[in-house]
Amino acid sequence: MTAIMEVVEAPQIQGRSPFTLAMRRLRRDKVAMVSLAVIALIVLMAVFAPVFAHLTGHPPNEQYRDTGLTPDGLPRGPDGTFWLGTDDLGRDVLVRIAYGARVSLLVGVAATAITVAVGIVLGLAAGFLGGIVDTVLARLIDVVLSVPFLLVAIALVSVTGPSLTITVLVIGFFSWASVARIVRGQVLSLREREFVEAARSLGAGDTRIMFVDILPNVLAPVIVYTTLLVPVVIVTQATLSFLGLGLPPPTADWGGMINEAQAYYTTAWWFILFPGLALLITTLAFNLFGDGVRDAFDPRADRS
Amino acid sequence: MTPLLRIEDVHKEFPTQRREVVHAVDGVSLEVRRGETLGLVGETGCGKSTLARCIARLYDVTSGSVWFDGHDITSSSRRELRALRRSVQVIFQDPYGSLNPRRRVGSIIGDPFAIHGIAAGPERKKKVQELMELVGLNPEHYNRFPAEFSGGQRQRIGVARALALRPKLVICDEPVSALDVSIQAQIINLLADLQHEFDLTYVFISHDLSVVRHVSDRIAVMYLGKIVEVAPTEELFGQTRHPYTRALLSALPVADPDTADSREQIILAGDIPSAVGPPTGCRFHTRCPKAGAVCGSSEPPLEPVLDDGPEHRTACFFPLTIGENLSAAVLKAS
Amino acid sequence: MVVFLIRRLLHGLLVLWLITVAVFALFFIAPSNVAQSLAGRQATPETIALIKHRLGLDQPVWKQYLHFVWNALHGNLGYDYYHQVPVTAIIGQALPITVSLALGAAILWLLLGVFNGVISAVHPRSLADRGLTLFSLFFYSFPSFLLGLLFLYFVYFKLTLAGFNWFPAGGYSPLAQGIGGWFDHLTLPWLTLALLLAATYTRLTRGAMLDVLGEDYIRTARSKGLRESRVIVRHGLRSALTPVVTQFGIDLGQLVGGVVVTETVFSLPGLGQTAVTAINQQDLPVIIGIVLFASAAVVVANLLVDIMYAVLDPRVRLH
Repeated sequence: MTAIMEVVEAPQIQGRSPFTLAMRRLRRDKVAMVSLAVIALIVLMAVFAPVFAHLTGHPPNEQYRDTGLTPDGLPRGPDGTFWLGTDDLGRDVLVRIAYGARVSLLVGVAATAITVAVGIVLGLAAGFLGGIVDTVLARLIDVVLSVPFLLVAIALVSVTGPSLTITVLVIGFFSWASVARIVRGQVLSLREREFVEAARSLGAGDTRIMFVDILPNVLAPVIVYTTLLVPVVIVTQATLSFLGLGLPPPTADWGGMINEAQAYYTTAWWFILFPGLALLITTLAFNLFGDGVRDAFDPRADRS
Repeated sequence: MTPLLRIEDVHKEFPTQRREVVHAVDGVSLEVRRGETLGLVGETGCGKSTLARCIARLYDVTSGSVWFDGHDITSSSRRELRALRRSVQVIFQDPYGSLNPRRRVGSIIGDPFAIHGIAAGPERKKKVQELMELVGLNPEHYNRFPAEFSGGQRQRIGVARALALRPKLVICDEPVSALDVSIQAQIINLLADLQHEFDLTYVFISHDLSVVRHVSDRIAVMYLGKIVEVAPTEELFGQTRHPYTRALLSALPVADPDTADSREQIILAGDIPSAVGPPTGCRFHTRCPKAGAVCGSSEPPLEPVLDDGPEHRTACFFPLTIGENLSAAVLKAS
Repeated sequence: MVVFLIRRLLHGLLVLWLITVAVFALFFIAPSNVAQSLAGRQATPETIALIKHRLGLDQPVWKQYLHFVWNALHGNLGYDYYHQVPVTAIIGQALPITVSLALGAAILWLLLGVFNGVISAVHPRSLADRGLTLFSLFFYSFPSFLLGLLFLYFVYFKLTLAGFNWFPAGGYSPLAQGIGGWFDHLTLPWLTLALLLAATYTRLTRGAMLDVLGEDYIRTARSKGLRESRVIVRHGLRSALTPVVTQFGIDLGQLVGGVVVTETVFSLPGLGQTAVTAINQQDLPVIIGIVLFASAAVVVANLLVDIMYAVLDPRVRLH
């Protein structure tokens, strides 16, 4: 007790930042918190995918042609050995779903991170530096936003050959423009504010002003956009996979599983239902959470 | 001794979207002496804030030269400017706009140290808390955000930030205009105390003559990008020479009701003309009750008039004599 | 206004031109082996060279590009590699299908989104509001292919099994062959797209309506004794629709690229499916043609939105 008292020399008054306040509102949002718990579960499933393989005794890419397929060579329904059934090659659907979560989350996080990082830097540069930099970047943003994204993404992946890196890069390449546009718009009004001039009068350079003074002020809309971008990215990755441009087989990923299951939807409902549910629950959880984040950062939008 | 700051024939022009040119500052020469407070007054839009930013080298001047401490800083490089920032600081008008709403007060006041790499970590924190104490803030509020302070407290934060590097010259750009009158006095007294303690030189900008009168040793009056009259404070009030200065003075409230009743009220006709195409000759002739033919064709030089000493300079062809009633001039002119 | 229009138009053309450059460059980064696959496995190098020459692939890229742009300016987007059909003809054939799909879905999602949005805004935080928000978010979260497959499973397969042969499994029946078949074939694709996109509009309408309903003139209208329904529709909805219209312009343009999945799932031979087929066959002229066409649709849609804004709000023109 006394030890603790000694450490505290003077009372520290901690200011409540808009961020802290938003977090507090978010914590009170039941739907958002439940969604967050679901997301945590999915993350756990991805991290501990090998545990699923160990528990069931079925590695994700092992084909059980005798036990995992019916005598007609069709997938087996859920039972004691294959809890969520098997796929067309006699592989364990449950284990493959757990491994598929790794792909979805990895792409979701990596592509979103690239998107947001590039979008923030280019948006800041365009808005703050202005002039020729802004003109060029603004045109570039227009071009990227005008391109039919999915079409060109498919074309790109088909030219380069599918891989995890390509998927992440393609999604990142076509998504940064929206972030850049949001950031640019905010920066255009922020840079006229007196605190920017104040920083300049103190001798701060452009880089410092952009990242220390302006960036914290554009973060709120970017955070909201980011949480809502993750599910979009996950769906995009699944869509590419569904169109046959996902990861090269036999790697398990949800979109690819649904693609394979398409031909069996009349005979093996579990084969399409469970990966589909996994995908839907994930995107729904992220969207509900993102919705909560939006309300937390912009309480005005939810007032009645 | 050289003056701390000297500017010579400074012009600052801004292009507009319609490809016109705003002559915000149009040939201003001034000097600021060590340890004094120079007041700069004029209506909104007369160019006084632009002039302040030219002096602080936040703007590049279009032409003319700026000398600080004996050095020509008109076209200093970025590196030289960084060094200059340590000597010249600005206190801004808007205590709400000039503090970054998303950053904690401690890091805002610590900015000068961070930018110039002077102190870091606990040492910076200690210095910042000393500064906070110096300007009358509670150092325990180090981690708060600007939104958690009142207007007056915020302006104290601005003052603390400006003083962090112990500058020689502080440009106060309407530091109290956004505050309640009762708070204004506190901030002005704080500025006065600090000037005394740290040997500061102030350029004090305001549209409020009563504030400027209270703090300044000398006052320069600006109209449409030009200085029309500059004089030691009491002389400016006692022997007003320029009709525009007189008009500004007449708008001041007076404590004694008897004086107030008998005092002349000069209400200037029309608005301040546009700085895009300013009037020829004397800028003020379009609104001046005493203007003659010459005022519209040639510019009066800024120099001592009548029997004034070298300290008191006026740019007017028809300066007011002591006791002259401007209302009479209005009658004469019409 | 005229100056603004011309500037906006030039801007749109510039964007289109940049897209042609980008798309063209894209497909020359990775060397394609179209000639090889056209000629077959046993083809001699001479045959391949001949095919390359016939397709113009032996020329430098910049020459091919100039050639392409020159032709495009004359309304000729080239010929497909496999059957020498003009790309414009291929697009012309697929376009009505995509337009049918897009327009039908658009009408549905607008009705759905605006209606739900108004209900939500009139009773904010009510059970209906929360339910509708959840409803729209639920469908918004659906990957389009999953929703399409679910429709196929439950509405087509299960119903057909149960003896209700209401919906076809997929494919397209032109409007010219009777409105009934056309309608039947498009109902499920329409629903798929509309349910996915309605969420955005529900949210937009709800937000805009909440803002508008707080305005003074709405209170004035109420205090005049107007019926509540009239206040909401006549005075509220009318001004709340502006952001909805903006978003609609943007979405309708983007949709041309976005119908890819829906068309694939329901076997509709529209622009999307044609593009996917062309991509798999590396049929360069068709890919470029469709991408360019779709981009043009986006550019034109954005242009229309901007012009509409300029007409409504003169301040926009200054920037």
